[in-house]
Amino acid sequence: MKRIYLDHSATTPVRSEVAEIMYKYLTEDNFGNPTSLHWFGRKVRKGIDEAREKVAKSIGANAKEIIFTSGGTEADNMAIHGVAMANKNKGNHIITTAVEHHAVLNTVKALGKQGFTVTILPVDKYGAVRAEDVSAAITDKTILITIMHANNEVGTIMPIEEIGVIARSKGVLFHTDAVQSFGKIPVDVNKLGVDLLTISGHKIHGPKGIGALYVRRGTKWKQSLFHGGGQEGLKRAGTENVPGILALGLASELAAANLEKDNNYLKVLRDKLIKDVLEKIDQVELTGHPVQRLPNHASFTFRFIEGESMLLSLDMKGIAASSGSACTSGSLEPSHVLLAMGISHEIAHGSLRITLGIGNNNQDIEYFIKELSVIVDRLRAMSPLDPDNEFSQSSDCVSCKESGSCNNLA
Amino acid sequence: MYSEKVMDHFENPRNVGEIIDADGVGQVGNPTCGDIMKIYIKVNADIIEDIKFKTFGCGAAIATSSIITEMVKGKTLDEALSISNKQVAAALDGLPPKKMHCSNLAADAVQAAIEDYRSKSNNKS
Ligand SMILES: Cc1ncc(COP(=O)(O)O)c(C=O)c1O
Ligand code: FES
Repeated sequence: MKRIYLDHSATTPVRSEVAEIMYKYLTEDNFGNPTSLHWFGRKVRKGIDEAREKVAKSIGANAKEIIFTSGGTEADNMAIHGVAMANKNKGNHIITTAVEHHAVLNTVKALGKQGFTVTILPVDKYGAVRAEDVSAAITDKTILITIMHANNEVGTIMPIEEIGVIARSKGVLFHTDAVQSFGKIPVDVNKLGVDLLTISGHKIHGPKGIGALYVRRGTKWKQSLFHGGGQEGLKRAGTENVPGILALGLASELAAANLEKDNNYLKVLRDKLIKDVLEKIDQVELTGHPVQRLPNHASFTFRFIEGESMLLSLDMKGIAASSGSACTSGSLEPSHVLLAMGISHEIAHGSLRITLGIGNNNQDIEYFIKELSVIVDRLRAMSPLDPDNEFSQSSDCVSCKESGSCNNLA
Repeated sequence: MYSEKVMDHFENPRNVGEIIDADGVGQVGNPTCGDIMKIYIKVNADIIEDIKFKTFGCGAAIATSSIITEMVKGKTLDEALSISNKQVAAALDGLPPKKMHCSNLAADAVQAAIEDYRSKSNNKS
């Protein structure tokens, strides 16, 4: 069967050049421990240094400011925890938003149980935080603002530059999770005005299990999670993931080099997809910001039908997508992002996320639209809901009360 | 993640639709994930002669609705009431643990339809 991958926010296929460099650094004479003094060690150390330069260059940073990690999750944990621990004499207040990835949200919540106070800012109906709200939330105890550059579920791009200016003027450290934006829109640590920034390899056609944290020189931050050897300049203990680091270096370089071309290509495809879905299917809404959104990202809610049944049906036609429906989440709760945007449980149930990659083309979009229309019709014919008695059952919002997710509503 | 049987019932659901002059209608909502299932029954001499369903929910919810309609069709009301969610799941060659709650929905909807029928026929007599 023809297989079409439309889930690039989840992960991306590894570029063949990137796979080759990984293989190279698993084989030949490239197996040394970069800490070793001998030739084998030095050879690999050189490769790591070059990769660090490449990653730094792709985000406008200096190589000394890059720490390799096991991925976006670790980099987020390390950034937040490290600032919290290094600044706890100064203050204990952390600001974030309701739509962060769990790698940020759960780290911040964990600190909330350890004596830190956390402000989780609401977002507007597009999933964007307002810079004024960030500004108003800052107190003399605030030590960190952590806000994602672009949202993984709805593609909305946050006003990071504006928040960067505010953070700097108030002397508060600012971290952004750029896992989804890196490689799709320009990511420059100085333009964005951030002190810490997270990237991940597998979202930019690199491998899984590798990422990096940027920490601006002079930032009051300390490695506080891992205890061990002195790797990464005492900033991240543990023998380096050499093939992963080399792969991230190359993937970052290629992502930055192709940024403009890929961005333009993806935008055209995405705009066609959004236009066709909204035109050809009834009772559907775009989620996330219509303009301030990632060039490869389209997300919708379809009324009266549920996301998992859409995903299964699409998969039967060879199409891979994802959903924030309760039925697809491990917790059986709908996506916290959609709820925070003020979307009801019922509507969130019908969410579908389509994220494009450079391997997709016009035919893929056409095939997708054709199959999706059939699927939506079939599932709607099976649904007990219709515009007349829409959701009359669950108006008491039982699950919302149980989960407390109403508290998140903007 | 789903058995072949689940996928078969999801892809080719049996007895989908409505019965306009149904003798009993049951609609239940799933507090765990927010899904909704509606069952229509036609009863003759205490036997479920016809049954149809409509479901707003995941693959497991659609498959359990479909298979329960097959399981209760032609059965007496008491037989239908005795069907447990475990039996529904077993008839589908099992459900993933996280999806067991979806099978409650099917058993509950059938029960609600039978209760609706019984309360209506009590009122008549
Ligand atoms: C916004 C965001 N942050 C962090 C992560 C986690 O990155 P990783 O999978 O490398 O741990 C992801 C990946 O899903 C993400 O989308
Ligand atoms: S009915 Fe929602 S998870 Fe199955």
